Amino acid sequence: MTYIAKPKIVHGGLARNALGLTIRDYEGGMSTLCAGCGHDSVTSAIVQAFFELDIPPHRVAKMSGIGCSSKTPAYFLSASHGFNSVHGRMPSVATGAAAANRDLYLLGVSGDGDSLSIGLGQFGHAVRRNLDMCYIIENNGVYGLTKGQFSASADIGSKAKKGEVNQQPPIDAVQMAMALGGTFVARSFSGDKSQLVPLIKAAIKHEGFALIDVLSPCVTFNDHEDSTKSYAYTRQFFHRAVHLDYVAPATEIKIAYDEGDVMPIELHDGSRILLRKVSEAYNVQNRGAAIDYIRAHQRKGEIVTGLLYIDESEPDMHALNRTTATPLADLPYERLCPGAEALNKLQQRFR
Amino acid sequence: MSARAKSRVNDFVIRLANVNGTGSASANTLLMKAIFRMGVPVIGKNFFPSNIQGLPTWYEVRVSKDMYLARSGNVDVMVAMNAQTYQKDLKEVSPGGALIYDSTWPRDRALSRSDITIFGIPLARMCNEHFSNARARILMKNMAYVGALAALLEIDMDVIKGLVEEMFASKTKLIPANMEAIELGANYVREHFEHPLAMRVEPLNKTAGHIMVDGNTAAALGCVYAGATVGAWYPITPSTTIMDGFKSFSERFRVNKDSGERDYCIIQAEDELAAIGIVLGAAWNGARAFTPTSGPGLSLMSEFLGFGYFAELPAVLFDVQRVGPSTGMPTRTQQADVLAAAYASHGDTRHVVLFPANPNECFELTVNAFDLADRLQTPVIVLLDLDIGMNDWMCNELKWDESYRPDRGKVLDAEGVEKIEKFYRYLDSDGDGIPYRTYPGVHPKGAYFVRGSGHNKYGAYTEESDEYQEVVDRLNRKWHTAATLVPSPVIQRSKKKTGIAIVSVGSCDYAVLEAIDKLSAKGIHLNYMRVRAFPFSEEVTDFLEEHEKVFVAEQNRDAQLKSLLTLETSYPKERMESILHYSGLPMTCKCVIEAIEQAEAEGVAA
Repeated sequence: MTYIAKPKIVHGGLARNALGLTIRDYEGGMSTLCAGCGHDSVTSAIVQAFFELDIPPHRVAKMSGIGCSSKTPAYFLSASHGFNSVHGRMPSVATGAAAANRDLYLLGVSGDGDSLSIGLGQFGHAVRRNLDMCYIIENNGVYGLTKGQFSASADIGSKAKKGEVNQQPPIDAVQMAMALGGTFVARSFSGDKSQLVPLIKAAIKHEGFALIDVLSPCVTFNDHEDSTKSYAYTRQFFHRAVHLDYVAPATEIKIAYDEGDVMPIELHDGSRILLRKVSEAYNVQNRGAAIDYIRAHQRKGEIVTGLLYIDESEPDMHALNRTTATPLADLPYERLCPGAEALNKLQQRFR
Repeated sequence: MSARAKSRVNDFVIRLANVNGTGSASANTLLMKAIFRMGVPVIGKNFFPSNIQGLPTWYEVRVSKDMYLARSGNVDVMVAMNAQTYQKDLKEVSPGGALIYDSTWPRDRALSRSDITIFGIPLARMCNEHFSNARARILMKNMAYVGALAALLEIDMDVIKGLVEEMFASKTKLIPANMEAIELGANYVREHFEHPLAMRVEPLNKTAGHIMVDGNTAAALGCVYAGATVGAWYPITPSTTIMDGFKSFSERFRVNKDSGERDYCIIQAEDELAAIGIVLGAAWNGARAFTPTSGPGLSLMSEFLGFGYFAELPAVLFDVQRVGPSTGMPTRTQQADVLAAAYASHGDTRHVVLFPANPNECFELTVNAFDLADRLQTPVIVLLDLDIGMNDWMCNELKWDESYRPDRGKVLDAEGVEKIEKFYRYLDSDGDGIPYRTYPGVHPKGAYFVRGSGHNKYGAYTEESDEYQEVVDRLNRKWHTAATLVPSPVIQRSKKKTGIAIVSVGSCDYAVLEAIDKLSAKGIHLNYMRVRAFPFSEEVTDFLEEHEKVFVAEQNRDAQLKSLLTLETSYPKERMESILHYSGLPMTCKCVIEAIEQAEAEGVAA
């Protein structure tokens, strides 16, 4: 059994959010991943983000495909609705879920195999559709559940545990999402919770497709020397381009900053994100420049992290479709059925 | 006029041989509708290529006072407008029939027949002389042959005029030119030939209360009336017009006049894998959702269909069957996805399949499919074929019962969840194999995990043998429940007692009905059962058991319906004999009659 219920222990002193819930209410079952797996850190960042956003867990649909990363929805938000779909096909299920109920918070957790190999098409089209969801790729460059094959995100020259060297170029989810018109594109590292939590919060609140590609090392199959997805390698080469703070709606901005240093961006629900540039050269609202910057650093072996691109102006799937504001699943049948008279009238043309 | 010739009034077949992309389709529809409006039963079948312009295409119109609406297997009047296929078209005319060709260009003298009447009409020359615009010259040739046929077959010119006016209601300027072209053809016939023919149309009153519609359009209406709000699809012939129809009806009925907001969401997916994923995602969240596809799409959707079966999610899938295997012949008809639909996906899976036989059933069984999918919490496949889906069928007017309300099955709303201590997704509380479900976002206590991996009755992941088996055994109980809920077969009993029966499915219906009539006149009496659903209900098994011998008529090579009956009923397969038609063209009554006569002759000899 890879599902172990976790005893719920609530200490009196635990902080409560606006809904009166503690962080325990956002946790899930016990993880059955390997000790030290990067994915567990992402899980804990997700728990933290939803807790801090005061989102009722049952208003969240957590979805995944197949693979180690796709097992993690069992380990957070146990009071949310879960959907563990088939391999690489979670984006289509998310699309249907969004189509039926536009009021739900959609969270997708996927892996590099799930999104960049078998599910490359579905991933790309969800970006293109600007589906309103937060999509996290837990990226470790390797297939864990089938024991150590390279994935499509493995870097050239990266060595597998058994010594094989990858010679094919990696598919970079971030650059791909940018090229396909992605409206919120970020990269982070499972070992950097201070960066990851505000990123997840902003991604959830972004209206449209929000990608966070999280480098999340596989301790069992890809954490050795000569791997470019190991903890050591990632820590050495990750490069924060932009620092992000998330500010809830109607909250006074208390952080002291010099004007010009910080760029506030308002999200659709009135919340804001504050972006502090770490690198002068970076422009988070210029798609072309952002890609150039990422590529330039990639050539030096550096991994650029942070919120790398955002555009709040593009319409999401429902805005494009002009879908009615009420979730389609909630429309009363009487409003949907044209009735007998309309049917009779319509048939004039068939005579 | 001989007695035989006399009998051809309102009883003959016209085949129009054209080049595709030349605008013949609207002329052919005009011809068919004019006959329909004269009160004479008629049906049109389009045999078209997988191509946009330049390849041969045929349109067959059967006029039948007896309401025989299958293909007869004969061609009585051939309109041979395509030089490329002339030789073949000439050959196809039944003795005593007629052929019309464009005499602007000389015919090969070797290509002649003495047993048919041949009419040469200089259609191109007349149109070239009369019209100056190049495109009009091509299009008007079609109208000119409609005029010639109208004169030869005595089709009411006023009816034609009325139809032309409706056709061009939004471009009234085009009406005079089209009527002129029709007159050109008609006048030429009046001046040069003895007319009308023995085969001709006389007004009747047999089409009142009927419409002419294709099955895809009727299925699309079914989706609207069933309350479907999410449609996902990937374009594929011959299913595309289901979504075209759903879109146009939704635009008409489901758009807020003031805000322009839509009460529906149509998603053109990147492929069929995504289309079915979208449907499952939407159905999980409580919307009625569907996807139209054809054979290749069904293959691609198989993995998710197994997921839908195991995770117990409703979905409605239309497979408008075309000729396989593989790409096959995309614009030709077949019923060769019966087994693929019934057992789609790996592992122990079985799916509810409905088989409409005409546009009326496309409408009604579509509504039924959504109810069954919700009630049984499982994908339901509606198996049409190109013949039903894309051809115009004369059928009863569609009726709507205002008291209909969707059966959403066992769904716990917020109040329902509130009342129970703890919600478990896969418990069989009622003993019918159907558990209760909740929609996401409705109640904190209603959350559960949808998964295609092994799960126990509580909805939790499991790899325990007992827990796994308990769930799949319960799914089997649900399957038995399904057999009691699906539409019953349609059974027609012979007036004379008989131990022989014929079983068929879907669009074979009219061919079989006509064959039964004609065989009965020859002293061969057959009971008839048309299967309308899988799983097979008790009525299906009972009917089989009543007979010592059963012919199974279907449109595929491998006798797929017969295989399914063999696997899923206890009726001995030695007592079933196949009648198979898989040329890609709709089944003819001739093929059914010949097969049964031959079998009976052999039986007598033995």
